[in-house]
Amino acid sequence: MNYFPDEVLEHIFDFVTSQRDRNSVSQVCKPWYKIESSCRQKVFVGNCYAISPERVIERFPGLKSIFLKGKPHFADFNLVPHDWGGFVYPWIEAFARNNVGLEELKLKRMIISDECLELISRSFPNFKSLVLVSCEGFTTDGLAAIASNCRFLRELDLQENDVEDHRGHWLSCIPDTCTSLVSLNFACLKGDVNLAALERLVARSPNLRSLRLNHAVPLDILQKILMRAPHLVDLGVGSYVHDPDSETYNKLVTAIRRCKSVKSLSGFLDVAPHCLSAFHLICPRLTSLNLSYAPGIHGTELVKLIRHCRKLQRLWILDCIGDEGLEVVASTCKDLQEIRVFPSDPFVGNAAVTEVGLVALSRGCPKLQSILYFCQQMTNAALITVAKNCPNFTRFRLCILDPTKPDAVTNQPLDEGFGAIVHSCKGLRRLSMSGQLTDQVFLYIGMYAEQLEMLSIAFAGDTDKGMQYLLNGCKKLRKLEIRDCPFGNAALLMDVGKYETMRSLWMSSCEITLGGCKSLAKKMPRLNVEIINDNDQMEVSADDRQKVEKMYLYRTLAGQRKDAPEFVWTL
Amino acid sequence: MAITCPYRPSHADPIAHVEISVCEQRLLENMEGGVAYENDLNLKATELRLGLPGTDCTKEEQAVSGARNNKRPLKETSEECRAKGKSDAPHDDQGTATAPKAQIVGWPPIRSYRKNNLQPKKAEAEAAAGMYVKVSMDGAPYLRKIDLKVYNGYPELLKALENMFKLTIGEYSEREGYKGSEYAPTYEDKDGDLMLVGDVPWDMFLSSCKKLRIMKGSEARGLGCGCETDLDFLMQHVSTCSGINRFIAYEKYVTFQSDLDVQEMSSMIF
Repeated sequence: MNYFPDEVLEHIFDFVTSQRDRNSVSQVCKPWYKIESSCRQKVFVGNCYAISPERVIERFPGLKSIFLKGKPHFADFNLVPHDWGGFVYPWIEAFARNNVGLEELKLKRMIISDECLELISRSFPNFKSLVLVSCEGFTTDGLAAIASNCRFLRELDLQENDVEDHRGHWLSCIPDTCTSLVSLNFACLKGDVNLAALERLVARSPNLRSLRLNHAVPLDILQKILMRAPHLVDLGVGSYVHDPDSETYNKLVTAIRRCKSVKSLSGFLDVAPHCLSAFHLICPRLTSLNLSYAPGIHGTELVKLIRHCRKLQRLWILDCIGDEGLEVVASTCKDLQEIRVFPSDPFVGNAAVTEVGLVALSRGCPKLQSILYFCQQMTNAALITVAKNCPNFTRFRLCILDPTKPDAVTNQPLDEGFGAIVHSCKGLRRLSMSGQLTDQVFLYIGMYAEQLEMLSIAFAGDTDKGMQYLLNGCKKLRKLEIRDCPFGNAALLMDVGKYETMRSLWMSSCEITLGGCKSLAKKMPRLNVEIINDNDQMEVSADDRQKVEKMYLYRTLAGQRKDAPEFVWTL
Repeated sequence: MAITCPYRPSHADPIAHVEISVCEQRLLENMEGGVAYENDLNLKATELRLGLPGTDCTKEEQAVSGARNNKRPLKETSEECRAKGKSDAPHDDQGTATAPKAQIVGWPPIRSYRKNNLQPKKAEAEAAAGMYVKVSMDGAPYLRKIDLKVYNGYPELLKALENMFKLTIGEYSEREGYKGSEYAPTYEDKDGDLMLVGDVPWDMFLSSCKKLRIMKGSEARGLGCGCETDLDFLMQHVSTCSGINRFIAYEKYVTFQSDLDVQEMSSMIF
């Protein structure tokens, strides 16, 4: 291989696109490391505190596109205080200072300010794509800066962010000369947008393929937009409220009929279900359908819609579809690969689906790989059947609304059911469990879940052995998050070296003590062991025997982070 | 189908070897023993037995249940404040309704964005059906109906009424109502009282308005104008109120009428 000139190797490496494969390539030998690093354009940093921006810039001088993740996953469920960290500003500032030719930025669970957005818009003349997922800290003013200054903007994708809406004119800030837009998603914005500016934008964007509107875009505007953009592939309907008069409805039907390319449909943030039949025209071509933000659609309407969706591969819905509705999904959507069933009434704690729906899906959809299922109850027999029917699961997440509920029929723990899942699904990479679970299930996981990379556990286990089985067994484990389990120091300290092979470990409301965490931090200097002390549970001079409420540890080459707030101690 | 076990416990953990062979056997039974969805599991035969091989059965069972009991109370006390009402160990009666649960922080694991979008959306969905109220105009042969939800506030509503009935209502002022117009937009509220449109905040109006009435002529001028000392207007106002509001209105205006004999006034009004 040393006889190939560098340019040839570079050209070959260009075909290697996944980050994992490129990482493998760079580990073959030193010359390959150098070449691969010099020509890699897309970088993924799974934990923004694992490495400093300067080191990334140094290693990858050709950096054009970066995906950064910040807060731990459990921050999604309010277990991490808002100002824990995950600030992207230092990264942007370093990129700007070092003249990185940044074109694409994707962030997940990070804090990004308006100043930062403005800095991005001014520092990177070729900036094309901004994707923000579950981020916060910015307002529509920051979006206005991006809209105004990024002349080649192709993609602005805001997914489930908490954005302070100043009801400004950010959309109108996109200059008339900008005709490059391919993807625009502002469904999560709460305020109004300039509808006339939106129409004009769509009219001058011939490459627009993905458009997701927020609730402030009414039906008649949707119809006008669809008439101007019949080549859309991905559509997020905003508001669908008032029963339209027959003229508007007919116009909508005509517009929808012209959209022969729509494969992905979502939204319906406000909905008058009687008009859904207009969309039955699109359904036969749909591969992705997300109605999980549309609680206004009743089960019967959902079912009517889904009967037309024979090509569906991905479905996100609310549990108001019911077990019967899931039977319809199972008999209609034979190509289904991913399904997520969310609870429509999480506050009261009632889910409208049970193990019956899950089994029906497993019987009808053999290609099922990924499932997230919120349900009222589960049984071992059902899980065993599902495991037999669908051995191809790569992601299996089950959430019983009552987190410690046993088998609904036998009253036994659900160890056997989950054991069957991990045994049968040899390619399982992600698993979340709930229900009554003992140490036994962890023995199964340690034994059989060879490919498991991410595991989420809550209210499970009896003794330290549970966690020990896990750490002993799952060789590919990268992320482990545990809450409310009786695992203590013996488990935590059993194999401290393991944590350097993982991205992170989260433990909250367990039995670990301050002393245990200190001991771990001392042994492993390349781990940041953070104690999150919100609610002032601990004093500085706390006794080592005191239990730690929240601990988050991660491997890092950057040392202790300097932006930790007062309530976060890095041991 | 042979079950291979990649998990190799350390030599210092002989108990694990036993556990593994028990597990393998059980999983084999579960997966291949034709356990259909409808059948019960044969629990006794597959019960977990911890302990070294050759140990007495009953002792093992006791050891198991003992270990379990030791841990469970501990778990519950530490979680007491976090998860009150959590159902107890598996030995509870089947089928009892679960007690109302306290909210466990971060459970169920749904993103706050999604949670926040659900609840207000539910209320919105109910309201999204539209809020149609009748609109009558004095002298008109038939009534109209409008959807109050489509308007963002009073100005829009009044403009719509003006368009619908081809009239001018004018601007609202707190002191004088719709002075300068021979029409006054009024509405009947939840208590059955006739109220002037514009007095209360828009949202309060939406939730209390039952029907609209566009009053005309002298009647219209009577409401909301400043002629409180004129007994005729006073009587007119009081007579449009009902029930307790009539008493209240009467009382309010009596304070301006200290000269009049209260008895005389009450006989005229009632």
